[in-house]
Parts: sequence; C-alpha cells; structure tokens
Amino acid sequence: MTARIIHIARNTFREAVRDRVLYNLIAFALLLSAAAILVGQISIGIERLVVINLGLTAVSLFGVVIAIFIGIGLVSKEIEKRTLYTVLSRPVRRWEFIIGKFFGLAGTLAVNTFFMAIGVFGALLYVVHKFSAPDALILVALYFIILEFFIICSLALLFSSFSSPLLSAVFAFSLFVIGSFADDLRGFAGMAHGLTRWVVTGVAYLVPNFSTLNVVNAIAHQQPLSAQLILQNTFYALFYTAMALSGAVLVFERRNLK
Amino acid sequence: MSAIEILGLEKTYLVGFWRKRPKRALLPLHLQVEEGEIFGFLGPNGAGKTTTLKLLMGLVFPTAGTARILGRSWTDPEVKAQIGFLPEQPYFYDYLTAHELLDYYGQLSGVPGQDRKRRIEAVLARVGLTDIKGLHLRKFSKGMLQRVGIAQAILHDPKLVFLDEPMSGLDPLGRREVRNLIEQLKQEGKTVFFSTHILSDAEALCDRVAIIDHGELRSVGAVEDLIASVQGKVEMMWQGTQVPASLKALGAECHVTGDAVRAILAENQQDAAIDALRRERIRLIAITPLRTSLEAYFVEKLQSSPAAENTLGTAVGTKA
Repeated sequence: MTARIIHIARNTFREAVRDRVLYNLIAFALLLSAAAILVGQISIGIERLVVINLGLTAVSLFGVVIAIFIGIGLVSKEIEKRTLYTVLSRPVRRWEFIIGKFFGLAGTLAVNTFFMAIGVFGALLYVVHKFSAPDALILVALYFIILEFFIICSLALLFSSFSSPLLSAVFAFSLFVIGSFADDLRGFAGMAHGLTRWVVTGVAYLVPNFSTLNVVNAIAHQQPLSAQLILQNTFYALFYTAMALSGAVLVFERRNLK
Repeated sequence: MSAIEILGLEKTYLVGFWRKRPKRALLPLHLQVEEGEIFGFLGPNGAGKTTTLKLLMGLVFPTAGTARILGRSWTDPEVKAQIGFLPEQPYFYDYLTAHELLDYYGQLSGVPGQDRKRRIEAVLARVGLTDIKGLHLRKFSKGMLQRVGIAQAILHDPKLVFLDEPMSGLDPLGRREVRNLIEQLKQEGKTVFFSTHILSDAEALCDRVAIIDHGELRSVGAVEDLIASVQGKVEMMWQGTQVPASLKALGAECHVTGDAVRAILAENQQDAAIDALRRERIRLIAITPLRTSLEAYFVEKLQSSPAAENTLGTAVGTKA
C-alpha cells in the first residue's frame, strides 16, 4: 500500500468524524439502552435472543446506511466541489484515490462497529448478567457485518464513480435489499425453467450474497458456525469487494472531470 | 529545454442527452513555454483556457494530441511532483484548517515530515495568511481561499506553477500581492503559466502571452511585439481652429478645443500630416504617439474574422 493511499484514507476518516458521522453512536446507544431495559421487563427467558438479534441487526443497519450515504458521495462530491482537482494534480494516481477513499470509509465503519460492539456486549451483560461461551460467536457475526460493509462501500464507490449521488444511493440500496434475499433468489432460479432460469441464475450470482453473511439469527439461537463458513465468507466478501473496486477504478480512470 | 510543449492537444466533448453531438472545446493547440518565463494565457470566458489547464493536469483526457512538461510526458505522475496548480475558484475540504489542508497536500506531494511544518508556515506567511490557526476553511472568505489555493500550489516548491485566474476574488491590495508573488516566483527561476481575462495583470507581468478564443489559438508572442504589431496612432496638436481639408483626407479625427486643434491619425500618415500643416503655415504644438495597450490588441484580435486569423494563429503558435 502506498503512503498516498494511507494519507487519503486518513483524510476520508477525518472527514467522516468531523461531519459528525460517529454521532450515530449516540442514537445507537439510546436505542440499545432502551431495548435492554424494556427487554429486561417484558421478556422471560429470551432476553439474550432479543438483545443479540436487535443489537446486531441495528449494528448492520446503522452501518449500511452510513456506508451507502457516505460512499455515494466519496467521489461525486469531490468532483462536484472540485476538491479533486488539487489532489489529482499531485503525484496521485486515480486508482490510489479510489482505494484510499475505500479504506477511509471502511476504517470509519470498523471504528463505528467497534463502539457499537461494546454497546451490544454491554446491553447483553445488563440483561443476562454474565457472558457464556457461545457469546464469543457474536464476534464472528460482527466480523461478517464488517465484511458486508466492505462490499457495500465498494459498490457505493463503484456507483459514485459514474453516477449521481441520488442514483448511486438507489442502486446501492437496491443491491443491498436484493442481496439480502440472494439465497431465496438462488432457490427461485433452481425452480425456474428455460431462459428465465438462466437470467435469474445470472442475477442471483451477480448480486452480492448478503444472506450468507447474515448469521445473526443462528448466533442468537446459539447454533454453531463452521470454520469453513468463516473462510468461505471471507474469500467471497474480499473477492466481491476487489471486483467492485476494480470496476470503480476502471470507470474512474477514464472519466473526464469537467 | 521547454517547460511546456503542447503538441496538438485538442478536446471535443459529446453533449446532449439522447442525441450526443460533438462540441469542440479546444482545437489542436501547439504552444511552447520556455523555462523561467511568466506566460499569460488570455481569452474571454469559455475560450478554452480552463480546458487546456485541465488537459495538462490530466483531469480531462484529450481527443487527440500530446504534451510534454519539463521534458517528460505530461501523463507521467512523477512530473506532477514538480508542478503546482491553482484551479479556478478553488474549493477545499472545509472541515480542515489551512494548516491541516496544506499538511495533507504536502503529504500527497511527498514533502518530508520535518520539512512540511516549516514550509507550511512559510507559504502561509508568503500569501499573507497569518493568525488563522484553528480556523476551519468553511469560515474563510473567497479572497482567503484564493490565498490558500496559491499557498497549496507553491507548497512543495515546484519548478512550474499553473494558476487559473489567480486574481479572482482578490481585492486590489490582494491582487498586487499576488502580482508581486508571481514576480518573486520568476526571480526564483520558476516558470509560471497563468490564465486570466484581466489584461492589465497580464500586461504588467507576462514575458509572453497567448490569446485563445472559441478553443482556437489566435496569437502568441512577447507582449511588446504583439502590441507593436497593431497599427500605431499619434496625436497632433496645433494652434488655431483651422482644420485643413488635406488632413481630413488622411483620415484624421479632428476636435477643436478652445484655440487649439487635436487630431488623431495613423502613425504612417504622420509625415504627410506635418507637410499639410506646413503648407497651410499652421504652427504645430505637439506630436504624441498613442500607446496601444494589450487590451486594444486583444479586442482587435477577437473582433477580427476567425477565418482570416486561422493561418496567422497557427503559424505563430507553432513557431513560438
């Protein structure tokens, strides 16, 4: 990784922090505190399940919203405000700019997730009073959520490299929704026939498979996760991210900055 | 070695939503800028000045042509470590302070850490920005942002500085300071290429200028040579109210004021006019050459027919 990528990533992180992106943590903390207190009062025996489900789903949704709404502006905002001119007129390659931006946003989300994770474990401790061994699997779920953020960041960057922020948001959010039902889509493809089967199969494998990265329910129910799944999801997410980033770089390398 | 060699760079944009139609922003441009000179790139709004600068900065890609900067291909990223660029109406990351912004740009330009802090203080003082520590750029005025823009362009001590409308947004005092700064850069041996439509600045600063209009180079050369190429005029004054008919025949514009006549006529008619006045026994008081300004030359160039200028513009441009 070149030093320039690190500088761009650090500046992107600083921008997110100064734009008060991390203020979402306050909303998250309030939500989780309220939920923990409420769950403690109304649930009997399923406090753990409710807190894990609610906490991890909130971590994912808060992060996805941040990833999309910051990601779509990462390139287009710099072009629109012409801040990019003084960056690209220096010895900075266009691909370095894209990769730096990606790491900056991914880093922001990782820090955000770290603090949210503390909140989830805190809320869990509040309702169950002590941790058990299966609770360690929450870390795996959080790891998968971060992998999910990597994919969304790269897709938002890809769309941002050629489209307006509004369209980029629509594309990225649509892909997130479709990707969340990727397993169902693959199931449907298996039942379809003829040309429909080919088309649906193609779409099902093209959209990001967020279903496989969502293990929140399994962990809440204390189901075991295989090492193979962890490895497979890691390779899948990194490959998908690399492909989307390559697409973003290819588009951006040819783009005229009018 | 030339600082800049533009070898037929041209740019055509496709405009329109459904039916894309070509719009030529820059016709093939041939231009050379020598090391150590202040070169003015002049033209009205929309002439193609910013397009040329964006092409040289690699922000837009040419339809055809190539260029060399400091003897290397203009697409070579390492060349960019040797150049500074001030875009037109610059806008910076407004969540940063000027010190943070310059630190970031210094990092991207490869300025070593220990040297960066010293250089930042030096360039900020040089552009007249003091007492701004801790102040975010979103609170800066337009003129202050322009100064930050100039500071970032010279921060890494580049050999070649491109300035797009550097006087924009500055008050008269600020403009004078920037003019002084550009002159200092020249004294330090740097090449300055700046675009402007403020002709008095160009006339005061530039060794050579190029005039561009509708994407086409109309002329290029030393300021004095360009001005001298325009037909000069002289003002003649004589005593009395008599205006000889022979003088009017020479195309003189005559105005009687009090007990004197003031006539303006072409420089090459001066001798004939003196003879005419002698014949009429009129006492000549003064003959004053009227200095042609760059503005007059500029207006004449732009008002003249593009078709008639095509040949001259290309020929002079290639030669320069």
